[in-house]
Amino acid sequence: MSPALAGVLQLTALAAALVLAYRPLGDYMAAVYGAPRHLRVEKVLYRCIGANPDAEMRWPAYLRGVLAFSAAGVLLLYLLQRVQGGLPLSLGFASISPDQAFNTAASFVTNTNWQSYSGEQAMGHVVQTAGLAVQNFVSAATGMAVAVALVRGFARSRTGELGNFWADLVRGTVRVLVPIAVLGALVLVACGAVQNFSGIHEVGQFMGGVQQTNGGAVASQEAIKELGTNGGGYFNANSAHPFENPNAFSNLFEIFLILVIPFALTRTFGKMVGNVKQGYAILATMAAVWLGFTALMMWSEFAHGGPALQAAGAAMEGKETRFGVGSSAIFSVATTLTSTGAVDAFHSSFTAFGGGLQLLGMMLGEIAPGGVGSGLYGMLVMAVIAVFLAGLMVGRTPEYLGKKIGTREIKLAACYLLITPTLVLGFTAASMVLPDALGSMLNTKALGAGPHGFSEVLYAFTSGANNNGSAFAGLNANTPWYNTTIGLAMLLGRFLPMVFVLALAGSLAEQQPVPETAGTLRTEKPLFAGLLVGTILIVTGLTYFPALALGPLAEGLS
Amino acid sequence: MTAVNNSVRNTARLMGAGLRALLVLTVVCGVLYPLAVTGVAQAAFPGRANGSEVSSHGKVVGSSLIGQRYDKGKDKQGNPVPDLKYFQPRPSAGLGSNRANGVNPRYDLQVSGASNLGATNTDLVKAVKERKQWVAETYGVPASKVPADAVTSSGSGLDPDISPAYARLQADRVAKENHLPADRVRRLVEDHTDGRTLGFMGEPRVNVLELNVALRDLTRGQGG
Repeated sequence: MSPALAGVLQLTALAAALVLAYRPLGDYMAAVYGAPRHLRVEKVLYRCIGANPDAEMRWPAYLRGVLAFSAAGVLLLYLLQRVQGGLPLSLGFASISPDQAFNTAASFVTNTNWQSYSGEQAMGHVVQTAGLAVQNFVSAATGMAVAVALVRGFARSRTGELGNFWADLVRGTVRVLVPIAVLGALVLVACGAVQNFSGIHEVGQFMGGVQQTNGGAVASQEAIKELGTNGGGYFNANSAHPFENPNAFSNLFEIFLILVIPFALTRTFGKMVGNVKQGYAILATMAAVWLGFTALMMWSEFAHGGPALQAAGAAMEGKETRFGVGSSAIFSVATTLTSTGAVDAFHSSFTAFGGGLQLLGMMLGEIAPGGVGSGLYGMLVMAVIAVFLAGLMVGRTPEYLGKKIGTREIKLAACYLLITPTLVLGFTAASMVLPDALGSMLNTKALGAGPHGFSEVLYAFTSGANNNGSAFAGLNANTPWYNTTIGLAMLLGRFLPMVFVLALAGSLAEQQPVPETAGTLRTEKPLFAGLLVGTILIVTGLTYFPALALGPLAEGLS
Repeated sequence: MTAVNNSVRNTARLMGAGLRALLVLTVVCGVLYPLAVTGVAQAAFPGRANGSEVSSHGKVVGSSLIGQRYDKGKDKQGNPVPDLKYFQPRPSAGLGSNRANGVNPRYDLQVSGASNLGATNTDLVKAVKERKQWVAETYGVPASKVPADAVTSSGSGLDPDISPAYARLQADRVAKENHLPADRVRRLVEDHTDGRTLGFMGEPRVNVLELNVALRDLTRGQGG
């Protein structure tokens, strides 16, 4: 069997597994967020929080809950890293410097998991397990909560109420993420991922002597890292490290974990708005982009363009033998089209075109299928724009799911769309004129001025502002400039869009439903899915083409 | 004034709720969850949960998941010299220790990582060509027969495997160095070649540590 055919079969098996999980998981999540009753453990949690889970919130209150919870997250994670040197179980690792601790706290609370540190030689058990891994759960649950609030905005009428943030946060964590993560972690251990608290210990070597290696609660962190589309590795090499991702099956399983909730949430959406076909249209849009990107990535990686890869005979630089080219291509698309950013092969060493696809995937806004929750709300904002464009083309007042898309809704959607490009292009441009920032590029020596060096910086801010967290890791990002600016890009790129999403949700929930007429745009039909794909590509293309031309396109054509 | 006081009080109350929510969820996700998973993992899969260690004659010789170097000392420039009695792993940009970068010098920790060099990087082009020449000369094969994994470094820098093509290519030289019949060593390579999982997942591979352990047993006359 050729590697390319094996790659296609792996993609097929993955898609089949996702199809099987789609309905049960999507329906389950709809039931969880709509359930009238609370579990006993949840009641205990609500009592500790001091919140009434049945109190409905309008959008400003919901937003305040999100922000207060996330602010507490940044604060606690920052403090935990700053005092690491004095904590038990810290393996003797020192406290983290202020700029790096800020960057890492912002990174994990925003579901980005950009890492300017090297896990195995910086973070002890307490920070990894009780700090970073906790944010892997709760930042994902926060994203899901905001998505559910937007869906309620479509589903509800003549009320401004969007549900209760604390209830959505706790339910998403306790009923969705924790049970799947427990199963996922045990599957990974069965494959060979480590799970212990042995810390740094010595292992005998074949040629004699010993090697000190770092163990830890790796499998438990790995499972939620993929499931919550977080992506922050226990080890520096992330999911390329054999203790995080031991074999070919675990690799496919981790890709499955990345994609399963974001895709299934479209079913949850369909259920909650009372028309599962609307969910299928969104799903079809996401799946079309995902499959298209994966096909292009496999083609590019198997063609292995670029002098170094041509000399080697295959695109194996930065890739593991047990995964090979095909499976690594599938992983890299899944991780950049969601907000994950985990890597099983190093993106900086992909072909120039492949690296361009990774960048473009993030630039689409990570909506195919996107991060847990953030993918769905990002795609629904795009759908609002697409409905508006369709309305302009045929000269009709745009409506979506029985709600009028008026001036207010379009303004909110447009603001949402402008935030990330502003952050990405602004910070990249600033880095290009600052000597300190330029010195961090690894690949500057290559080909004169180095389009690959530019790509490294563009990639870093695209990854940060879109809350992805993967890197063209040639860039030395552990400098005060990059720690601070990428930290800001992550925070603004996560929470400003949430402000507009929740405001949009509130505005929609207040409306009276518009009765469906013969003139209503049928948003559950393939035509609309096609229009949506077109809208996404046009909006992204117009925004980022000049920047892409200076980086990967220039590199690929030179 | 009352409005300001109210808003300060409300913000404080909200921050308190956020902090309490974080603390109770830390207990659930940061304490109970990892402990429960560790408990089950240690009971059900103790070998794997503790790093898949490989023993040979009662001594741990490494982890089957983590690549090692098979060198016989260093040359005058301080570069490691591969011991051709054993099968060689992929070139590694990441296999090294934290001592080199001065982080946590009390440890000699294994550090994972990739070269991160781009496909157009001139250093990488040079390194690939040099490695290719070395493999071709050392093992007496034409450069066109050298597989890609033999001249590129992996993502983790700890890749425990090589491609079957690279293992087969090394077999004759390894046999000669060990005074073993070439057929015997080639058969050993075939025995240690793993196909794709379920026939289609990942790529065929040879675990270098397991192969070298079997090889050493063979040279000591203890193998089958």
